[in-house]
Amino acid sequence: MSQETDPKVVDAVRAHPFFHGFDPAFVHEVCQHAREVRFEPDELLAKEGAPADVFYLILEGKVALEAGAADNPHLTVQTVGRDEVLGWSWLVAPHRWRFDARATKPVRAAALSAEVLRRTLASHPTWGYQFLIRFMPVLAERLENTRIQLLDLHAH
Amino acid sequence: MLTDADRPAPTPGHPFAPVPYRVRAVATETPDTTTIVIEPWGTRRIGRTQPGQFVMLYAFGIGESPIGVAGGHPDGQLVHTVRNAGKVTGALGRLTPGDTVGVRGPYGHGWPIGEAKGRDILIVAGGLGLPPLRPLVYELFARRESYGRVEIIYGARTPKDLVYYDEIQTWRRRNDLRLQVTVDAAGREWYGDVGVVTTRIPDARFETGRTTAFLCGPEIMMRMTAQALVARGLAPEAIWVSMERNMKCAVGFCGHCQFGPSFVCRDGPVLRYDRVQHLLSLREV
Amino acid sequence: MVRAEVGDRRILSRSAFPELFHALTEAGYQVIGPTVRDGAIVYDRLRSVADLPEGWTDRQGAGQYRLERRNDAALFGYTVGPASWKKFLFPARERLWTATKEEGGFSVRAEPVEGPPLAFFGMRACELAALGVTDRVFQGGPVADPGYSARRARVLRIAVQCGQSGGTCFCVSMGTGPGVRAGADLVLTEILTHGPHRFLLEVASEAGAAVVGRIPSALAAAGAEDTERAEAIVAATAASMGRTMPTEGLPELLRGNLAHPRWEDVARRCLSCTNCTMVCPTCFCSSHEEVPDLDGRTVERWRHWDSCFNLAFTELHGQSVRKSGLSRYRQWLTHKLGTWHEQFGTSGCVGCGRCITWCPVGIDLTAEVAAIRATPGAVTPKAGGKT
Repeated sequence: MSQETDPKVVDAVRAHPFFHGFDPAFVHEVCQHAREVRFEPDELLAKEGAPADVFYLILEGKVALEAGAADNPHLTVQTVGRDEVLGWSWLVAPHRWRFDARATKPVRAAALSAEVLRRTLASHPTWGYQFLIRFMPVLAERLENTRIQLLDLHAH
Repeated sequence: MLTDADRPAPTPGHPFAPVPYRVRAVATETPDTTTIVIEPWGTRRIGRTQPGQFVMLYAFGIGESPIGVAGGHPDGQLVHTVRNAGKVTGALGRLTPGDTVGVRGPYGHGWPIGEAKGRDILIVAGGLGLPPLRPLVYELFARRESYGRVEIIYGARTPKDLVYYDEIQTWRRRNDLRLQVTVDAAGREWYGDVGVVTTRIPDARFETGRTTAFLCGPEIMMRMTAQALVARGLAPEAIWVSMERNMKCAVGFCGHCQFGPSFVCRDGPVLRYDRVQHLLSLREV
Repeated sequence: MVRAEVGDRRILSRSAFPELFHALTEAGYQVIGPTVRDGAIVYDRLRSVADLPEGWTDRQGAGQYRLERRNDAALFGYTVGPASWKKFLFPARERLWTATKEEGGFSVRAEPVEGPPLAFFGMRACELAALGVTDRVFQGGPVADPGYSARRARVLRIAVQCGQSGGTCFCVSMGTGPGVRAGADLVLTEILTHGPHRFLLEVASEAGAAVVGRIPSALAAAGAEDTERAEAIVAATAASMGRTMPTEGLPELLRGNLAHPRWEDVARRCLSCTNCTMVCPTCFCSSHEEVPDLDGRTVERWRHWDSCFNLAFTELHGQSVRKSGLSRYRQWLTHKLGTWHEQFGTSGCVGCGRCITWCPVGIDLTAEVAAIRATPGAVTPKAGGKT
């Protein structure tokens, strides 16, 4: 299995705050087929509707999550930067991106294979549970921020 | 609570009589927000303002509204940034140079800068919360060596809701200040951060034991920010918030501005978070 | 004039009673006192002793007030009516200033506060306490209210100790009555039994002594039995209070129960009609109003009574902070009985019972407090729990 992992990527993933404290064996396992990727400003990391086949750990730069609407085709609803993660569409069926993710500064990221992740989480429920416990706060925080955004609109 | 002796002296004369000032300059900040610079029209002027205080601005024949002091100068000039949110603020927003406006004040307790000497300063502003913090920022600049690290986090709904935009760019060039500007949502013209102001707290650089935080913005924004700061280890006693309530008299008689035991007009507008925390988490106080 | 001393006690007979009234008018006072109008005993300008509510009493309960004839000729045989003395110091409507447009600007002329000295004739102990409270509100801070202060400086306080309690009274609980302890210039106790109709008069200040000094021949020496009689009258009144308010730890109790389900319960009954705040002798909230002349050159600034029960009271950026009746009742009660202590070093309630009597649905704040006290710490999410 491990012949398909890039040691440099494994180091980067292990150093990323999201994977702090995880079993090194687990990190090694999910790093199969993982690669380091770079994007120039305006390049898309994810395209709405396209298969969500990777999970990004941002190592450098900044990414804008864009929602499209008729009157506002490119509305940025959030930016994600260094030490943060990008994407949960890979975990939620039908595994397609729900937003565009566009680099606004040169981005370096670790792209983990969604297929490997899903398979690993399913076959190692303990690791899977630990991963979800780590992943939930990211979702919860984004939900809360969205709520604050909604409340803010009425604050004045 | 501060005692009466600590209270700044109010303008002499009738407590409700506005002092005439003349509009010297007007600048449009956002589609609904205007900054006006005013100066004494006659011989009378209001007392010296402290950062974080407010005045009652009076539009002749229309009425008064409490407005934070966004700048005060020794020559008597005052700077105010007003959002058109009603009859009075609408009239204030339509002023042009040469027009007359009434002022009384200054009122209330501002930012406790003296107490914060020697400490790191974290300023978090939401929307129109920046103007009342502006004099504090310049006070810090003027006595920069008296303070440790200074970080400003400023959030607004969209890029076009940011006030003092050009001025902020000059702050950004300073190397003795860390500045984070974020908006809730933006188009592609915006290359900065997007996310509510609380999303910038994890990235703020401060040491919990030696930091004083000054918060000003919508109540919900200050509550969420204070919670995020406490979650990062800042003591509630080290956080100050600037409250806003309906006000008629500004001197503690009319009762409108009560927030629990505080009269926002004279005990506030700047209040220590640990003293209002329980009220902020309730609705309709 | 014969010199009277502070602390002197005299007997004033009913037949000589008008002389006290004359002494006041001769001394230049405009006399304000109780009189019957529109089926209630109110305070108004009195022309003579004949305007007093002789032979009348009031029967009060939650949401009830009724005048009835007494079977004697008592002048002060009632408790308190809907009006308080507040309106003579803090008028329901008052012009603060007038501004006139001038070349390039405007000038402001503060409203002069003129008028004769006022004799408040027939103040109850709870009302003297209320005066002490409004003194703190309008004069105790760094800025004194010009109108209130000017009028207040001209007031002579002639108190009458209560010979009976009303159905909604609880001054004993609040420590404000029925006996007058401080804050009066003259103190009267009406004695209807054990001899002819008479008054025990106590001189409580130099200003009071000056008035009494004008009528030496109307006064007789007071004996120990007169003083005892007066004390017995006050004691009997104290023993028959219509209500009780358990005040121990009250501010803390309220502060700790801002999400109590009782707020929801009382909000279902409260009409937000503002009656309680209008009749309260200490409620001080007001609004400012700009009244422009038709030509647009002159404007007047008026102040009028407002109430924390009004929806617009807390309007901020086009929305009210306290939208629900619940939040408004909670504000009123927690302020009156709780946070008032932190603001002014005293309770805002003097136990006069007006808010109970004049509530159209009979809400009784003593009962509301008792309900919270019975189940402290109870919480309902609807009452404003954590968000």
